[in-house]
Amino acid sequence: MTGPAPTGTPFLQVRDLTVSFRTDDGVVHAVDKLSFSVERGRTLGIVGESGSGKSVTSLAIMGLHRRGRRVGIDGEIRLDGEDLVTAAAERVRGLRGRRMAMIFQDPLSSMHPQFTVGEQIVEAYRVHNRVSRATARRRATELLELVGIPEPARRLDDYPHQFSGGMRQRAMIAMAVSCNPELLIADEPTTALDVTVQAQILDLMRELQKEFNSAIIIITHDLGVVAEISDDILVMYAGQAMEHGPVEEVFAHAEHPYTWGLLQSITRLDRQLETTLRTIPGSPPSLINVPPGCPFHPRCTYRELAGPAASTVRPPLTETSPGHRVACHLPVEQRRRLLREEVTPTL
Amino acid sequence: MARFILGRLIGGIVILWLVSVLAFVLFFVIPKALGNNPAVLFAGRSPDPATIAGVTKKLGLDRSYVDQYWDFLRGVFVGRHFDSGSDRSWCPAPCLGYSFRNDQPVWSQIVDALPVTASLSFGAAALFLVIGVSTGVFSAVRRGGLFDRIAAAVSLAGVSLPVYFTGLLLLLLVSYKWHIIDNVHYVNFTHNPALWAWNLIPAWLVLSLLYTANYQRLTRASMIETLGEDYVRTARAKGLPERTVIGKHALRPALTPIVTIFGLDLGVLFGGAILTEHTFGFRGLGAISIDAVNTQDLPVTMGVTLFAAFFIILANVLVDVTYAIIDPRVRPS
Ligand SMILES: Nc1ncnc2c1ncn2[C@@H]1O[C@H](COP(=O)(O)OP(=O)(O)OP(=O)(O)O)[C@@H](O)[C@H]1O
Ligand code: SF4
Ligand SMILES: [Mg+2]
Repeated sequence: MTGPAPTGTPFLQVRDLTVSFRTDDGVVHAVDKLSFSVERGRTLGIVGESGSGKSVTSLAIMGLHRRGRRVGIDGEIRLDGEDLVTAAAERVRGLRGRRMAMIFQDPLSSMHPQFTVGEQIVEAYRVHNRVSRATARRRATELLELVGIPEPARRLDDYPHQFSGGMRQRAMIAMAVSCNPELLIADEPTTALDVTVQAQILDLMRELQKEFNSAIIIITHDLGVVAEISDDILVMYAGQAMEHGPVEEVFAHAEHPYTWGLLQSITRLDRQLETTLRTIPGSPPSLINVPPGCPFHPRCTYRELAGPAASTVRPPLTETSPGHRVACHLPVEQRRRLLREEVTPTL
Repeated sequence: MARFILGRLIGGIVILWLVSVLAFVLFFVIPKALGNNPAVLFAGRSPDPATIAGVTKKLGLDRSYVDQYWDFLRGVFVGRHFDSGSDRSWCPAPCLGYSFRNDQPVWSQIVDALPVTASLSFGAAALFLVIGVSTGVFSAVRRGGLFDRIAAAVSLAGVSLPVYFTGLLLLLLVSYKWHIIDNVHYVNFTHNPALWAWNLIPAWLVLSLLYTANYQRLTRASMIETLGEDYVRTARAKGLPERTVIGKHALRPALTPIVTIFGLDLGVLFGGAILTEHTFGFRGLGAISIDAVNTQDLPVTMGVTLFAAFFIILANVLVDVTYAIIDPRVRPS
């Protein structure tokens, strides 16, 4: 929440991104006409239940879906103006790790068990920089130091399994930022870690962002994480954007029934213990047969209020206040009244 | 690491010792318990009473089992005499027994056959390892593609065709029909390296066909698994070129199970590729074993068995050590 004000030239611009997988059971519509952008120095938090297409989106940006008959990618992904969807695979490879980098959820399985931490960082640096092994090694030591690993020169020769979970994620971050990427995508970077370590890793990412002025996308299930680190929030459901806007705005004036559900399901430590945790009834839809109309309508408490359109017409993502966009058929005034009268009292 | 290797070596030696005890029991104690005279068995086919008496004396069969085993074990390290009073033969270390039938230490027969077996098995092993692994990798990367499907069919043929069929067929074509190599026979490497290789090529091909198919399938399965690992995705996310992603990040962990199987296969191959040797008329360890069985030359059978056991155990130790080199997680810290 510390990023600079929007300047109008986003470093990453995603427009109508659609990703589908052809499987034996049918076509999986994992991401459907998704649009958002991130500027340098700002952080976007993407939230949504499991299977809502968050990881598929980030892998699409990184060009990590295997192109071929089974995967279809449409729309635009512009990195500093250059479209990655139509770019040659070799071109995108050259950008990966250099101008855009990614941190994965489970650092244990995401680091190679048979190479030392140092080798893995050196390799990441040397693909994009023509330097000697010794220079790269010095750089790797600096990086480990930067991410707060004690005795970096010695730890360089350790294998990932000799690191603790938090240290491994730090090493993973060191590897990702080795070439000073301008876009950093973190897919649930703290889910595998315990709470105190989570906070440290988020602090680290914030510091690195200040240092490199990079654009960050952080994917998480945890709205607390988003509140803490993001400037903007994108709420996804069934591969589509439900609500998108500045974090303070969305947290204070959420307008989408699905966002309300997410907010209601946060565990609040300051709340009395007898209040039971509310969860959204039902489960996410199959992405092979996405419900027509508003994809959330089978689980939405307010679908009757929106009339028959809910199950027939897909609500467009419309701006309701500056930078705040919502995809719901309910009239704006009605949404604001519901939030005030029915939702806020339960939070 | 040095301690780890030492530990494995000591383990290997202990197992080898157990094998020697087992062999002793199998060849000396059990026959006697079943009412057979080991001397008759060790003398070769249909011996006369005088020979039997001589062999009894030479092997010291009238002495206690402990003494007999001790003589045998000493023989391995310092050599031993086989002395019947009237006849005395010297069996130098490593004495794995003495063929009374051929009047020759078993070791000298093994030494004669070893270059043949070593040439055959190492050559074939190099061939099937390189071809099997590289085609396996290719199949895994282009899974379901044309190459993969052709490789699967060839593989199936490779594992189901018996060596004596493919061997004889190849021999027929190469030697009798096309006259590329007339009269395939073993030529010593030191004598003429080119002829050595030239004469071995058909046998290498035949022997490796069988194994290549296995290694192709094993590598393919192993690679498909590692290609789906998170750390391979990380390697791509770093912007590494695809050949590094496949050849380094995915292949290295995929090799771990292959090393294990390779060690075992090599150990077994060293015991003699019996069918292949027979088909091409090479006098390797396999041929010696067959002859020994046919002529009921028990000392040779026992000696070759011990020798093969030695190689299988050695191969196992090497596998363990290689394993620790490839995979740091099994290495003691
Ligand atoms: N390669 C693929 N082939 C077929 N379907 C896929 C593939 N990758 C992802 N999917 C499907 O796409 C949907 C979205 O997956 P994704 O991993 O993006 O979810 P997510 O929002 O990251 O969930 P989580 O919070 O559990 O990580 C899922 O239904 C998943 O099964
Ligand atoms: S469009 Fe209708 S069904 Fe969808 S979220 Fe809004 S109210 Fe609920
Ligand atoms: Mg995910």
